[in-house]
Amino acid sequence: MIPGSFSYHRPASVADAVKLLSDLGEDARPLAGGHSLVPMMKLRLASPTHLIDLHGIAALKGISRSGNNLVIGAMTTQHELLASEDVAKAMPILHEAALLIADPQVRYRGTIGGNVANGDPGNDMPALMMTLGATYRLEGAGGGRDVAAADFYQGAYFTALEPGEILTSVSVPVPAAGHGYAYEKLKRKVGDYATAAAAVVLTMSGGKVATCTIGLTNVHETPLLAADAAKAVIGTSLDAATLKKAAAAAEAIMAPAADARGPVEYRKHVGGIMVTRALQRAASRAK
Amino acid sequence: MAKTHVTMKVNGAEVEGLVEPRTLLVHFIRENLGMTGTHIGCETTHCGACTVDIDGMSVKSCTMFAVQADGSDITTVEGMANADGTLSALQEGFRMMHGLQCGFCTPGMIMRAHRLLKENPSPSEQEIRMGISGNICRCTGYQNIVKAIQYASAKINGVEFREAAE
Repeated sequence: MIPGSFSYHRPASVADAVKLLSDLGEDARPLAGGHSLVPMMKLRLASPTHLIDLHGIAALKGISRSGNNLVIGAMTTQHELLASEDVAKAMPILHEAALLIADPQVRYRGTIGGNVANGDPGNDMPALMMTLGATYRLEGAGGGRDVAAADFYQGAYFTALEPGEILTSVSVPVPAAGHGYAYEKLKRKVGDYATAAAAVVLTMSGGKVATCTIGLTNVHETPLLAADAAKAVIGTSLDAATLKKAAAAAEAIMAPAADARGPVEYRKHVGGIMVTRALQRAASRAK
Repeated sequence: MAKTHVTMKVNGAEVEGLVEPRTLLVHFIRENLGMTGTHIGCETTHCGACTVDIDGMSVKSCTMFAVQADGSDITTVEGMANADGTLSALQEGFRMMHGLQCGFCTPGMIMRAHRLLKENPSPSEQEIRMGISGNICRCTGYQNIVKAIQYASAKINGVEFREAAE
């Protein structure tokens, strides 16, 4: 399986990359880790005529603090996220989720930018970024702009990225100290996309849920925020009836495709179970 | 499509070649360099048979273009023996513990285990199993592969290898 022919470009700066993308037009694609794009090119499901490899751009790498935010460069790999003390301390849910992405070899190459910008409903980071309230920095020929993760996903592989724009970093607000978190992912085997997955970040006060956000992966053509499910648990101690209500509220907004991972009803059902488990585990971790 | 000149270090030696941008690294290693120890299995980034070590990372060489490896330092299974030609601890482990059946997945397993032991010289059984989760053996199972890596870990750390009781 060999991809079709293309021209290879390796710009050294974001400005050069943006200029190449806008000059070369719609048949040009940015290349990050390549673990979604290269297999697609081998299957000839994608055939860009120009590849703009972002690996030569030092400014797209690294993790830094900016006020209360962790700013993660788009070309930061999952492996680097897993090695980051800052991530492990400030937002351990990111660590937990990165460990569930594909396998070690893919994590050495796979990047946060590629994961969130591709618009693949199966990717794990988008729902997580919505749950954490992250913002994406997009750079284009006309300048830069910030888009909330929650506003970024418009359909399967359709995002707020305009032609010629590159996602350069992800800015994630550090959750409150003592927060509980969990990413529950059901998959058929190591390395697989989720049959369904749920991310929960919550805080507890006096044994009751004070704040809660729930994100859902791969149960719709875009990642979802389960706002009604989150609302249903606030003020409760997550008793059995509340958990049932939250799972039902989350299932109500799911619209997964039937695929090799199971029929629609099954995927919704296990999606509800992931929500329940994530809520329970997050609550058990909250201080 | 015009070819690009690439140079890289493979198993300690400088190599060069002309590649099309679409030439996958695994094809460059096998066809241009004639090193056929790196295998092509699934071609879809799942099986790990094409794993090589690039600049301190285990990489599936079927999912990277040769042009992207320009200037890199690469180790393939051909570079795994000791300088005097004897088997490295990992190779010896796979031989002693019979960590293979048909052997097709073995080069990728060894290359992945090589990086795993560099990062964590004393992995637990669970860490070994997670560490090689991107490498698939279709013959039989992973029991002896895990033992082979445990053998190598013991040897690297200078301790006696003891098989866990069944």
